[in-house]
Parts: sequence; structure tokens; C-alpha cells
Amino acid sequence: MTDTKTTTRQVNVTSKTSVTVLFAGDSGDGMQLTGTQFANTVAVYGSDLNTFPNFPSEIRAPAGTISGVSGFQMQFGSTAVYTPGAKFDVLIAMNAAALKSNIDKLHHGGIIITDTDGFDAKNLKLSGYGEGNSPLEDGSLQDYTLFEIPVVSLTRAALADTGLSVKNIDRCKNMFILGILYWLYSLPIDTTVKTLQTKFKNKADIAEANIKAVQAGYNFGDETDMFAQFGRFEVGPAAMKKGTYRRVTGNEAAAIGLAAASKKAGLKLFLGSYPITPATEILQALANMKKWGVKTFQAEDEIAGVLSSIGASYGGALAATSTSGPGLALKSEALGLAVIMELPLVVMNVQRGGPSTGLPTKPEQSDLFIAMYGRHGDAPMPVIAAYSPVDCFYAAYEAAKIAVEHMTPVICLTDGYLAFSSEPMLIPSPDSLLEVKPVFAKPRNEGDDPYLPYKRNQLGVREWAVPGTKGLEHRVGGLEKANETGNVSHDPLNHQLMTDLRMEKVARIADCIPLQTIDNGAEKGDLLVLGWGSTYGAIKIAVDRALKAGHSVAHAHLRYLNPFPKNLGEILRNYKKVLIPENNCGQLLLMIRDQFLIEPVAFNKVEGLPFNEMEIEAKITDIVKEL
Amino acid sequence: MTDTLTTLTAKDFTSNQEPKWCAGCGDHAVLQQLKSAMADLNLKTEEVVVVSGIGCSSRLPYYVATYGVHGIHGRALPVASGLKAARPELNVWVATGDGDALSIGGNHYIHTIRRNPDLNVILLNNEIYGLTKGQYSPTSKIGQRTVTSPNGLIDYPINTIALTLGAGGTFVARVTDRDGKFMREIFKRGARHRGTSLIEIYQNCPIFNDNAFSAFTDRERKADTTLYVEHGQPLVFGKESDKGIRLDGFKPVVVNLNDASVSKNDLWIHDEGDFNKANILSRFFDNPNASEDFPPRPFGIFYVEDRFTYEDALTAQVEKAQENGEGTLEALLAGNSTWTIK
Ligand SMILES: Cc1ncc(C[n+]2csc(CCOP(=O)(O)OP(=O)(O)O)c2C)c(N)n1
Ligand code: SF4
Repeated sequence: MTDTKTTTRQVNVTSKTSVTVLFAGDSGDGMQLTGTQFANTVAVYGSDLNTFPNFPSEIRAPAGTISGVSGFQMQFGSTAVYTPGAKFDVLIAMNAAALKSNIDKLHHGGIIITDTDGFDAKNLKLSGYGEGNSPLEDGSLQDYTLFEIPVVSLTRAALADTGLSVKNIDRCKNMFILGILYWLYSLPIDTTVKTLQTKFKNKADIAEANIKAVQAGYNFGDETDMFAQFGRFEVGPAAMKKGTYRRVTGNEAAAIGLAAASKKAGLKLFLGSYPITPATEILQALANMKKWGVKTFQAEDEIAGVLSSIGASYGGALAATSTSGPGLALKSEALGLAVIMELPLVVMNVQRGGPSTGLPTKPEQSDLFIAMYGRHGDAPMPVIAAYSPVDCFYAAYEAAKIAVEHMTPVICLTDGYLAFSSEPMLIPSPDSLLEVKPVFAKPRNEGDDPYLPYKRNQLGVREWAVPGTKGLEHRVGGLEKANETGNVSHDPLNHQLMTDLRMEKVARIADCIPLQTIDNGAEKGDLLVLGWGSTYGAIKIAVDRALKAGHSVAHAHLRYLNPFPKNLGEILRNYKKVLIPENNCGQLLLMIRDQFLIEPVAFNKVEGLPFNEMEIEAKITDIVKEL
Repeated sequence: MTDTLTTLTAKDFTSNQEPKWCAGCGDHAVLQQLKSAMADLNLKTEEVVVVSGIGCSSRLPYYVATYGVHGIHGRALPVASGLKAARPELNVWVATGDGDALSIGGNHYIHTIRRNPDLNVILLNNEIYGLTKGQYSPTSKIGQRTVTSPNGLIDYPINTIALTLGAGGTFVARVTDRDGKFMREIFKRGARHRGTSLIEIYQNCPIFNDNAFSAFTDRERKADTTLYVEHGQPLVFGKESDKGIRLDGFKPVVVNLNDASVSKNDLWIHDEGDFNKANILSRFFDNPNASEDFPPRPFGIFYVEDRFTYEDALTAQVEKAQENGEGTLEALLAGNSTWTIK
């Protein structure tokens, strides 16, 4: 890969194994686009990466204020990257507020690239530094490498001859910064050039201006003494598996996973849903998949969302509903109906901080209990969880497989962290995906045995009888039904039997799912770190470091939360202690203690932020010291 | 949909489950007419799905030998909407009560009506909660004493027809459980209408709200208290068919046809396609205890509109997206922007 413009000066190039960058600016500054561009370039170059956007929680927060800061964080590396990084090496601050709200997470000695035009009197005032108190001038940044660049002015100069309005020119300032970053990390600008050409296909002048700005930024890096003296960096490609990749966020991956499962099963996908942060993109992505026969129904509320899906499922579609905590609460009654009707249904629940509206844009893992127990009556439902953005694809896919093959609603848990994070996904070949096999009841003719809607196979699973099929006319509903015939029954012993059968059916899914494996570390030892969901990356790195430090630790990560894999008890007993880090107050811990009668060590964090590897590493060190 | 060779009868639509409704309950008559209508429509049992919520009336699907879903309270319409969207070729009916459709399911009601999926909705309005034993419902009358309104009801009732018109209904009709053959004809008209057909049925609950509609069903009083509307016909009522309704601007007035100065030609001619007139008709309601002369309660089809159905529009979008063939699994997995690591 060659640079579009080769450097004219001899500058030092330092090799790095991984770098974390935060692009921060006002929500109008285009930081998401800038970050995404940088991520795409890095991905095409072959480094591994993980990104995480940080939107302001208010849609129209006042420009220049702390609450208006929008950030895009990413880590990229020549080794496997599991998280968007805990602290940054580089902070791009387009204004004073962006600097103020993020400086505490910049590594000591890290690089700050600022747009000095975002540090005028007004910005200083709005950010809370106060007029005349510029952090760029008061020496408070002396522990960092500070690049002060008048980005707006330079962009205006570079684009002066484009004939565009000042307003349109100023919109290109983010591309100028992006150009500088490409130079700094020895990356080519051509991926971005191509994207800009497609994105502004019908606005050639805008495309050209943006491209000019990237190039100008790049040249600025190249020609400016301050950068030349500082040098450039290089992050090599990672040892990624060979193959074709795309970049996906967790929500995109979940949508693709559902659609892929429907294709593989030969079913049509139906999604009944209602918009809610951070799950909305699943509905949006599927609304764009009509080419694959996907039908989406934006219902009047979450209740109608799930019930329309139950109707579609009764009609023989692969039905799903997507939501987050408050919506899951509303769906609770309907999920009981799906349980007793024994119809397949996938519930994608993208967790956020609760209770109530809580922290809508912040991730948490606190819906495990509502997923497990949040229904009236004895209403067991399988629960599975995704551990990474890409894994949202596989988890959603598997949720659909379990739902269809076991005729049951399934809850698939992800969270706001996975939903918005992105990473490269090795595109699987269709053949490599597990089969999804629905079992439909066959048409009957006169003289055949009567159809028994609640007759089961050896796994306790009933057949799917789809309207339109001759001879299978039957009525199902929420009232308890007599075994096999499905007729309404209030018989006490029948209710006991049916309750037991529904419980057993879900329990026996354990016969069909893979055994639990150890992700990292030895099969026996002092400490097992047991995680589920989005804590994967942080635990992975922490355990890796603890192993390198010579500790006897291991990491196991749960995909199946109900039922647990059959060998989980055995695994847990192979370690002196079990540590369970969770972004909740100990929900998995209670389930583990309840089922295996062991006393794990809790590590809980509900700050609306994911764990970082340092926290977990420190906890591990504390525990092993005492063993 | 028609199959002249094996035409079914009402008996073929009768399931093996014995209706559990009280003797004398209006639901029995509705069930009978519904099964007859299905037979008349030449439907096949396997292509029909009857969906309901919870309530006495919502037990109806169990008694029809078709496919059926007895859902949860208030939610029949979303279940039916999802089913119809996924399987537009099915013939979907909804049985619901006044509490089911208009109280707990009120939100779904409004939104289903406006989306106009091709559903045949039978709303059995008994102005009471039957299944839970006699609490007032959103259609109960002001002043009515029930177990939860011992001092008389202060909760102003819903005007079902006006609400449905307001929500954008495309087929809006009312009958009583005593209407027999007329009810069956309206069921058939509703079933043939493409879009959501709302048929409100005044249904007597002899146990908890007996005679709620006797003003409109009593042989003696009926002629003067009811107005059976028919497309293209003048609005005439009264024992001797001697009363008519004329529009004075937007104001309906009763005229005596025996009066020499009144001509039948001056009467309001019912037009199913006239939304404004349907709205005026729907307001023949606000005096809940219709007095002898005015306003009589209208029955029949208030309004019909030809509008696209939700599932047709959705199917069209899917077909458009698949103009050049359905997407493959490979293309789905690959997306639009990829790169290759060699
Ligand atoms: C969520 C929920 N709330 C309350 C009930 C209790 N409930 C069952 S039926 C009903 C009212 C039924 O009235 P209506 O819909 O008018 O039907 P009817 O029985 O009169 O035919 C109520 C309150 C329930 N089943 N579910
Ligand atoms: S309680 Fe009323 S509505 Fe219910 S079955 Fe008896 S008569 Fe019919």
C-alpha cells in the first residue's frame, strides 16, 4: 500500500503494536464520520480494531458545551484488539469542551491535537474553563505532547478557490484533521477519497472540497516542522485470518444474524418492534433488508411489537422483536403467551442502564434477571448472550436456531456497548453456518389420525402447524391446555404435567448446545474469571496479563445462561475461587450460587461504563494474593 | 378462495368444543351467524384464522373449526396484524369485547384501524365486563350502577363508531345480536371489504347487564328508536315508516312524512362513501337513552372507503426490493463494503 503523497522529509517512524485514539468535538463537528473514516482505512490496511462512539445524550445540546461533546473512540493494533481501549494515546479535541471532558482519560504523555479556533473566548466560556483561562496557555497540558493547529483557518485557506460558501468550507474541517492523522499514522488517504466520491456522488463540488481538505491536512503533517520533528508512527497489520471482512456494529450484526438464520431455515423473517435506544438500529437495519424478504412492522408500542411477532410466528414466519429494558418489561405478559403457546420467537434485548429510563445511552448488564425470571407463572425461557460486536451475529443466529428447533421464545442479550461498538467481521461462508431446521406438521386428510397440536418429540418439542395447511386446524392460546389435544383444561394434574413439560423442554436444550470451554488459561487452577456478555474483552486482556505475571488464572465466558452448559458445574469446581465481574449488582453470581451452591467473588460496576482491563487485572491480583 | 365443489356449511365450521357462554348470552347468536357467513363466503376451514383477546366474547375462536389464537387481554389486533402482514393470503377475523378492544386494547385499536390491514373485526359490545363479573366498561352508560360504580358511573362512554371513523376506519358498521340474517350479511360485506372492517355488535349480557340494548331490540320500541341505514336509500324510521331525517345544513332534523309539506325527496339519502355524513350519523348517540323520537340509533354500514391495506403496501415494497431477484445469503453476509486479507 503506497501513500497518495510520499513524504518529502526524512522523519522518524516509530512502530506501535496498538494505539487508542479519541476523536472529540461538538456534535456538529462530524466526529462520528471522521472516526468511521479512520476506522475503515485502518481496517483495509489490515490492523485489528474496535470502535466505540460516545454520543451526547441530548440531541440538541448547545454547541460548545460539555454536554454537546460527541466522541468516537477506537483502538487499532497489529495484535488482536478486544476493546476500544481504556485510555487514549491520542486525543483530537476540536474545541475546549471536548478537551475538558476527555483529558482525564488521556495517557500521561499522550498526544493532543487541538483546533485552536475552538478555543476562542466563547468556547472557553461555554466549556466552563472560563474566558481568558485557556488550557492551551496556562501550562496545565505540559505533561502531554500538544499540537495547536488553527484548523478552521487552514481549511478556509486550502479551500479558498473552491467557490463554496464559508459555511460549507468550515464543514470540511474534520477532513483536514483526518488528513493530519493519516499522515501521523503512515496511512493512505485513498479509502476515504473513494468513500467521499461515492457519498457525494451527486455533489461533485462537495466531494472535491472534502477530498482537498483531507489532502491539505495530510500535506500539513508532512510540511510542518512541529510534526516533522515529532515523527510518524506505524501500526502494522494484525495476523488476521485470511478472508474477506466487513466492519459491523453489534446492532448491525444482530440484524444480519436474524436475517441469515431465516434464509438458512427457509423462513421469512418478521420483526415487530418499537424504537428504543440502544436497540433501534436493529429495526432500522432490518427495514432495509426487504430484498431478503424481511418484513418489519414498527408497532404502536412494545406490546404490539412482540404480539405482532407472535401472530407472525403462528403464521409460520421466523419472528423476532428487538428492544431494551423498558420495552422488555412491557413485553413480559406476551412472552408468557409465547411460552404457553410454544411458538418460536427471538427477543433481542439490548441492555442499557436501568431501572426505568435510567441511562438510555449507557451500557449495563442488569436485565439478566428480567430475562430469566421476569414473567408471571412458571414461564421458562432460554437466555443467551453475545460477547462482542461480531458475536451479536452468531448469538442472534443461534437464538433463532434454538427458537425454531425447540419451539420456544428465546431472549438474546446484548448491550449498548456491543450495540454501538464495531469491529472487523470475517464474512462466513453460508455453508459454514449451522443448519436451522424447523419441523412443520404435515397436512392431514380425512381418515388420518386427528392432529394433536401438543404432541412432542423426544426433546419435548411440538410441531409447528401453520394456517393454510389442510387438516391441522387448531386453536391455541393463553389458557392452560390439555396435554396433546391442546383443548382448554383446568384439570389440576394436567396443569402440573404441562408446567413440568414446559420446564423440561427448556432444560433439555442443554443436550443440544456445546459444552462450556475455557477461553484462556489452564483447566484447573486457583482462580476462574467467569464472565458473560460485553465484559469479554476486558476480562480477556486482564487474564492474559495475569497469566503472563505467573498467576494461576483462567477465563471462561458464558454464551448460554439458561440452560447453562452441562459441564459448567464441573468447570467451576476445578478452581479454588471463581470471580464474576458484571455490570450489575451480581445477577449471574446469584444464578451460579443458586444452581451450583458455590460462593463466587463478586465484582460489580454500574457506572454506565464497561469494565476496563486494569480494574479487572487489579481485582485478580488482589484475590490471587490471598489464595 | 371459492371452491364450488366442496361448499361447506355452518356445521363444518363448528368445532368439537361446547360453547361455555351463559344461556341467553348474545355471543351464541353471533357465533352462529359468523359460521354461516363463513360458509356463505365459501371459505375453507384451513384458510381462516380467528384471533381474539380475553373476555367472554374472546372465547369465540375455540368454537370455530378453523385456525385460532386466543391471545391476551386487549391484544388481539396486534396478533392479527402481525399474522396478516406475514401471511396476507389468510382470511383473518378478530373477536373482541368492549373492554378488550377499547379499554386495555384502546391504543392498538386506534393504530390498527389507521393502518387498515384486511381484518374482519367483530366487536361484541355488552357495555360491561362479562368475564370478570360485572365491572363497568368504557362503553357503559353514565349513571350506570355496577359493582365498581356503586354510586353511578361518572366515566363518560366511548362512541365506538365515532372513534373508528376518527381513527381512519374504512369499513364501519353496527348491528345488534338480534339482527340474525342482517348481521350475517354485514359480516359478508365486511369480509369482502379489503381493509379493516369494524362491526360493532350490541350484545346482550343477561347476567351482568341485561337489557342494556332493549331500547333498540324490544319489538314494541324498536321501530322508533332505531334507524337501519342502507346505501342509496332515504333515512326513514318509525313504526309506520312515517318518520324521516332531513339535513338542515349540518343539522339533522326529524320530519313527519305524513305532513303534506314534506316530500320523501327532501330526505337524507344514505351514502356509504360520504365521510362527513357518516360522522354526523355516528353522533346519533350522544343521548344514550334514546328518547322515543330522537335521535334514533343507526344500524347498518355507516361508512366504506377504498384504501390500500397495510399488508398489500408492505408486500409491494418487498416485491419492489426483489425486482431483480431475492437477495442471496452470500450477499446478505457480505454487505456493501468489504476488504480482503490475503
Ligand atoms: C392484563 C389483564 N388484565 C385484566 C384481565 C382481567 N380481564 C379479563 S376479561 C376482562 C374484561 C372483559 O370485558 P370485555 O372485553 O368487555 O369482554 P366480555 O367478557 O364482556 O365479553 C378483564 C378485565 C386480564 N385477563 N388480563
Ligand atoms: S357473563 Fe354475560 S357476556 Fe359472559 S357469557 Fe355470560 S351472558 Fe355472556
